[in-house]
Amino acid sequence: MPRGKIVIIDYGVGNVHSVSCALSFLGYKNIVTRKHELIRGADALILPGVGAFEQAMVNLNIFGLLDILNEEVCAKRKPIMGICLGMQVLGNSSQESPGHQGLGWIDFDVVGIPRSLQLKIPHVGWNTVQVDDHRSLFAGLEEEPHFYFDHSYYADCADDCVAARCDYGFRMPAVVVKGNITGVQFHPEKSQRNGLKLFRNYFNYLGV
Amino acid sequence: MLKRRLIATLIVREGIVVQSINFCRYLPVGKPAIAMEFLNSWGIDEIILVDITASKDRSRKRFEFIEHFSRRCFVPLTVGGGINSVEDIRALLNFGADKIAVNSHCLTSPGFIAEAAHVFGSQCIVVSIDVAGSSPSDYRVYNAAQGDITDMDPVAWAKTVETQGAGEIYLTSVAKDGSKSGFDLALIDLVARSVKIPVIASGGAGNPAHILDVFTKTNASAVSAANFFHFSEHSVITTKSFLRINKIDVRLNTYADYEQACLGDDFRLRKQPDSYLQNLLFEKIEKEVI
Repeated sequence: MPRGKIVIIDYGVGNVHSVSCALSFLGYKNIVTRKHELIRGADALILPGVGAFEQAMVNLNIFGLLDILNEEVCAKRKPIMGICLGMQVLGNSSQESPGHQGLGWIDFDVVGIPRSLQLKIPHVGWNTVQVDDHRSLFAGLEEEPHFYFDHSYYADCADDCVAARCDYGFRMPAVVVKGNITGVQFHPEKSQRNGLKLFRNYFNYLGV
Repeated sequence: MLKRRLIATLIVREGIVVQSINFCRYLPVGKPAIAMEFLNSWGIDEIILVDITASKDRSRKRFEFIEHFSRRCFVPLTVGGGINSVEDIRALLNFGADKIAVNSHCLTSPGFIAEAAHVFGSQCIVVSIDVAGSSPSDYRVYNAAQGDITDMDPVAWAKTVETQGAGEIYLTSVAKDGSKSGFDLALIDLVARSVKIPVIASGGAGNPAHILDVFTKTNASAVSAANFFHFSEHSVITTKSFLRINKIDVRLNTYADYEQACLGDDFRLRKQPDSYLQNLLFEKIEKEVI
């Protein structure tokens, strides 16, 4: 039985209920909170996110989460998974909100999906993912598994941190990994069994 | 590549799912949570829940059932009906909605879409456009909350909501709603060609061929059906299998995919030959454990 404590960080711009339901369905104990002592006591953190980059960073600041997250994730190397917007804030900055800095844990900038491709924006729906690295995250899934995406901006990240990509007129990062920090552009909590399996693989790997 | 989506719409009235016919007649179907669970297990791509009583009930309590409903919903859930403020949206997102469908309120408060998109991002805001009329000359936006036809042109309105920051358009033909006679392809094509954001086509699905028509003849990103999915077994899987056979790129990820099975003229599964069924007796199917 899994017994680690997973904290889903509630900073006002996440679909925290959906993430919490998916983890509970898999049998993981999880708490949705922004309380510092609970974040300190967690074995793994999830940073969900639906919304705008500016609002996300402003809220992290207002709730005093920047320092504690830097301490837990960078100094103590606690595992964290950023989902969608939660992945984008792992980078340095975003075209969506110029002038607002991201967490800067992984070296990338968030840029808009090029309009010149004449494709519908946002990139919304089920797309296949091609896995480059960290295959254990995708164990038990088909060769090119489907996941649900919903975003207008993407992480323009150097190859060495990209674990998987998707194709929407061009190849963009779908999963980025750097040490204890993981970011997924799609929504595992909304990708039916593929998403649930990804969560299971991730927490099995962490051993929580 | 990105797949085209098949979306189930659940029309909820006073806590139960209903079948809607032309926005005025309603037949009961069943409990929302049960409808959601079978759609989820049949591999639906998304669910849109529209609470048509919500616009008459002003308290935020009306959203509470969403929390229970969404608990086992592992596909994206869009909730619509009676949303008037940023606080309503925040409440719904906390109850487990992933996207919000707004309709009547943005017809009367033009700044609302921009305000909501600024806080929650465009990808969270779906704007529903109901259209009355059945030919390009008489298409007009319909205001369902007040029950009257406005003098707005749907194409112009679609472009307006796009510039204000809508992430998707959920386009329903009122005349086709519940008719089972096929979609209004001219309307869908007209709107989908005029905007850069994805368009979800709704109103008129009677069989999988109608859905195929939308995908082959228009640029719509998704098709939604409500009544059509409730009344035949494995409707989502048989529809997707039919679309796949006709070269439409959809996600078919369920254990049973019916790619080998044949569909009758009524688009229901034909009985397999006896020898095939005999062999099934000896096939062991492990229950998938995630």
